[in-house]
Amino acid sequence: MKLTLKIWRQENATAKGSMQTYFLKGVSPDMSFLEMMDVLNEQLMEQRIDPVAFDHDCREGICGSCSMFINGEAHGPDRLVTTCQLHMRKFKDGDTIHIEPFRAKPFPVIKDLVVDRTAFDRIQHAGGFVSVNTSGNTQDANATPIEKADADKAFDAATCIGCGACVASCKNASAMLFVSAKVSQYALLPQGQVEATDRVLNMVKQMDEEGFGNCTNTGACEVECPKGISLENIARMNREYLSANVKG
Amino acid sequence: MTKLNAQIPKGPIADKWTNHKNNIRLVSPANKRLIDVIVVGTGLAGGSAAATLAELGYNVKAFCFQDSPRRAHSIAAQGGINAAKNYQGDGDSVHRLFYDTVKGGDYRSREANVYRLAEVSANIIDQCVAQGVPFARDYGGLLDNRSFGGVLVSRTFYAKGQTGQQLLLGAYSAMNRQIGRGKIKMYSRHEMLDLVKVDGKARGIITRNLVTGEIERHAAHAVVIASGGYGNLFYLSTNAMGSNVTAAWKIHKQGAYFANPCFTQIHPTCIPVSGDHQSKLTLMSESLRNDGRIWVPKKKEDAKAIREGRLKPTDLTEDDRDYYLERRYPAFGNLVPRDVASRAAKERCDEGFGVNKTGEAVFLDFAAAIERYGKEKAHVKGLDENDNALVQKLGKQVIKAKYGNLFQMYEKIVDQNPYETPMMIYPAVHYTMGGVWVDYNLMTTVPGCFAIGEANFSDHGANRLGASALMQGLADGYFVLPYTIGDYLADDIRTGSISNDTPEFEKAETNVRAQIDAFINNKGTKTVDYFHRKLGKIIWNKCGMSRNKKGLEEAIAQVKALREEFYKDVFVPGTADSFNEPLAKALRVADFLELGELFAKDALERTESCGGHFREESQTPEGEALRDDKNFTFVSAWEYKGEPSKAKLHKEDLAYENIELKTRSYK
Amino acid sequence: MGVVLSSTILRKFAMASSGLFLMLFLLQHFAINITSVFSETIFNQFSHFMGTNAIVQFVLQPILILGVIFHFVMGFILDIQNRRARGTRYAVYKGRANASWVSRNMLISGGTVLAFLALHFYDFWVPEMNYKYFEFLPQNPDRYYEELVHKFEDLTRVILYVISFVFLALHLSHGFSSAFQSMGFNNKYTPVVKSLGKVYSIGIPAGFAFIAIFHFLNH
Repeated sequence: MKLTLKIWRQENATAKGSMQTYFLKGVSPDMSFLEMMDVLNEQLMEQRIDPVAFDHDCREGICGSCSMFINGEAHGPDRLVTTCQLHMRKFKDGDTIHIEPFRAKPFPVIKDLVVDRTAFDRIQHAGGFVSVNTSGNTQDANATPIEKADADKAFDAATCIGCGACVASCKNASAMLFVSAKVSQYALLPQGQVEATDRVLNMVKQMDEEGFGNCTNTGACEVECPKGISLENIARMNREYLSANVKG
Repeated sequence: MTKLNAQIPKGPIADKWTNHKNNIRLVSPANKRLIDVIVVGTGLAGGSAAATLAELGYNVKAFCFQDSPRRAHSIAAQGGINAAKNYQGDGDSVHRLFYDTVKGGDYRSREANVYRLAEVSANIIDQCVAQGVPFARDYGGLLDNRSFGGVLVSRTFYAKGQTGQQLLLGAYSAMNRQIGRGKIKMYSRHEMLDLVKVDGKARGIITRNLVTGEIERHAAHAVVIASGGYGNLFYLSTNAMGSNVTAAWKIHKQGAYFANPCFTQIHPTCIPVSGDHQSKLTLMSESLRNDGRIWVPKKKEDAKAIREGRLKPTDLTEDDRDYYLERRYPAFGNLVPRDVASRAAKERCDEGFGVNKTGEAVFLDFAAAIERYGKEKAHVKGLDENDNALVQKLGKQVIKAKYGNLFQMYEKIVDQNPYETPMMIYPAVHYTMGGVWVDYNLMTTVPGCFAIGEANFSDHGANRLGASALMQGLADGYFVLPYTIGDYLADDIRTGSISNDTPEFEKAETNVRAQIDAFINNKGTKTVDYFHRKLGKIIWNKCGMSRNKKGLEEAIAQVKALREEFYKDVFVPGTADSFNEPLAKALRVADFLELGELFAKDALERTESCGGHFREESQTPEGEALRDDKNFTFVSAWEYKGEPSKAKLHKEDLAYENIELKTRSYK
Repeated sequence: MGVVLSSTILRKFAMASSGLFLMLFLLQHFAINITSVFSETIFNQFSHFMGTNAIVQFVLQPILILGVIFHFVMGFILDIQNRRARGTRYAVYKGRANASWVSRNMLISGGTVLAFLALHFYDFWVPEMNYKYFEFLPQNPDRYYEELVHKFEDLTRVILYVISFVFLALHLSHGFSSAFQSMGFNNKYTPVVKSLGKVYSIGIPAGFAFIAIFHFLNH
């Protein structure tokens, strides 16, 4: 396959960036998108051009590091995959591919396609936990049965990999899907009930302070989420938040 | 050669840990506030250790090279975590978990450590559930279990195929709580590049900020290394791209012995290599072997026809299939331990029965399970069990509920539907049992420097059983290290804060800077990946699933030569003071190039076959691994002496007082 | 206002509740107007009641106007904030791949409805206010129908109205179910809400359009 790549290049956080064009030959349809990027970088280094920086680690769709905005979509055209699981067979020979970083005010670019997503960590610091000490001297794991349906829903919410595709896809750069996934996981389990009120208030407060946009229910986040996190979680967070506000 | 003392407490094995905890020195809460601890790595071991140490009152500085602790590679563990809870009432116990683990490790692990691991395993599950980890549950609302390779009970707790993720997020949440309280200071996108010793004790580290390139000094009273395994030595492995040996190797060079480097686990069920462009391999959880049957065609011509695409696997009748694991190991069948399953797959493929284009793949077939579950479901629902279409539909639903995400992952990568056609799998490097040598307190041979999780060597011997890595990581981090580190730190309550403005830090920083500048100024012709790939090929071909004297000797020479070429000819673009991934990688590969040599040297030294280490010279007439207990019931611990070839061997003799040394049989 | 604006979720709750309130009003407005199609008398009676009842005029009407203003002002504020939250724009952004046009363009549909409201106020509300509260003209319970029919004699006006109703329909088609989601309602009944939303968002604007066209054709 032959490809034309238009890639956002930006030297560092303060530099001004721009889209640059590269041509690439010999791409196999069996390659993952990141392996195609590896080939590009090898080629650039041979020409003594600085390789394109991008975040990646596990390359099996679970660590949430990779974060490319490909042809106008987070993680590209395929569904329920991260960039590392996207394969070149989804593209045609001769295609032009636009590659940009995930964009949001709270996700400043570090270099090229690498962005700083520590805003997500800070939201978690604000309440993404159950305040139980780690001594292991708690009650037996089977002391509190949990209805399977709730456990399954909590699990589904907990599968969020924190990649930020929801923010990147949302026209408003809203982080509601990410935050609601965490809030939901705990809201659905008895372990999380005790601190539910403070948790949702604190996490939403931090989310707002980071400067994410307002949710307008376009549903783009759910469609682009590589783990298929449901919009139901956002509704649940709205509920939790509103009732938490009433409780004060 | 000196004998190593692991400081194992006296007394009966079941009481050792309790007695040890009762007699160990403690640090008072008021004094803990005066003590700083560095934790390098934030996976299950590092994350849980950082959280617990902070909760106990220590001031923790945690480091990871990823952009967030939540992305450590523990997240990719799929299948589950073992615990001797005996919720299924199938005869499980602490002793049985202990026994299975020692036997699974082919009698090359330390009894006392393994017993302790089995003992605290149940606590882990309680702890994680309390943290809100959403483990799988049955319809009664209680925790569900499944079975893993090498055992005869169901003791594996799981969260679909994402157990590692859920456990790591649990540990990460515990960290978040402490970060929020200010007890953990988190340094993400930081790489440890050296250990600093003051008066022989570990007193700090030198790191590089991967965003700005800044070289930083961090001082503390103790340093905990939880940087994971070194599977990426093979270039292609199931490890994350960034997983590396650097932290462990740097402490090795500062005096920490490196134990059993050649003990590597080759996982039997990974997606086969598709071409030269391949950058990493993807694991398919061992849990699939609960329901999948492994086979190759019985006739070579059928295998050839399948390779060439002339024949479909589904066209072969039962009689034309060779379910070789069920044939060779009737007692354990498809659930033999990983080393056995991997070697059996290699044996079939080497004989010419491989089923993909490269001839390096076997089938993992779910057709029988789909039918079995389908019939069961139909029966439960009172529907027609003989309606094939219905049975298929119901069966696929059950399989989807159990392994949905794994099947989806397979389909995305291979572009084949595993519900309709058998999966193709092949062994790949997955885990390293070897690692930094530690005593019972998990302290290395450098006082004040500890190693936990996959980074150490202690619990899995020569082969790790499935779902035991998560168990060990969390056991070390939540329940072992936080106690044992107090024994060491009790001496430090009056030390006061450690200064990083000392000649030792100065010197370490200068060395790190010199190494970085050398790479940047080298201006060679070949990229870092070129060398890494080449190194991987040497190690895979000569130190992979089977090893022999000649190959190992060649490997030692070739790795050494490659290392020399690397320093002469590597090209690292960019600058030292910026985000520079090739530079970060060069620093990691430099260490792999040293480890690779020690790895081969260790494999050469151990002329027996055990666990994941198979020496062709040491096998039974049927081709099964042949251990040599008389000469090799010890841990090889290597001391760094300037370069890998000069490494000095120390032995820790392994005493089996509670389990009889037996030939491992899964027949 | 301060509390309401303090968090993203409260802001969206405020948008949702003002939206739902306006939808209720729209339903009521439609219910009265549709009577004009089959009975001049009933329409006049209703209109007279609404135009002279003190509670409607001095309590509900101000609330409604405040609701309208709030919904629009808030909509603009949110849009500005949302644009800011993005920072640097994407070179290529394929919104249609993951969200409907209406959901992404509530500002356009809403803006059009706002422009329509200006016209609508100019047509009916301003003359009405003028009639009652500035010129103090005598009460005439039978004048409403005539005024209505008179307005829809003009083809341009009818076309403008119909176009506006199309945008109103678009706005409502996202707004209806979105309001429920914003208030935390997403469960097994959500498909029912969505169907109801479709019926409402097409039915009400189509009904209004029908009334306008009906009177145009029958004058």
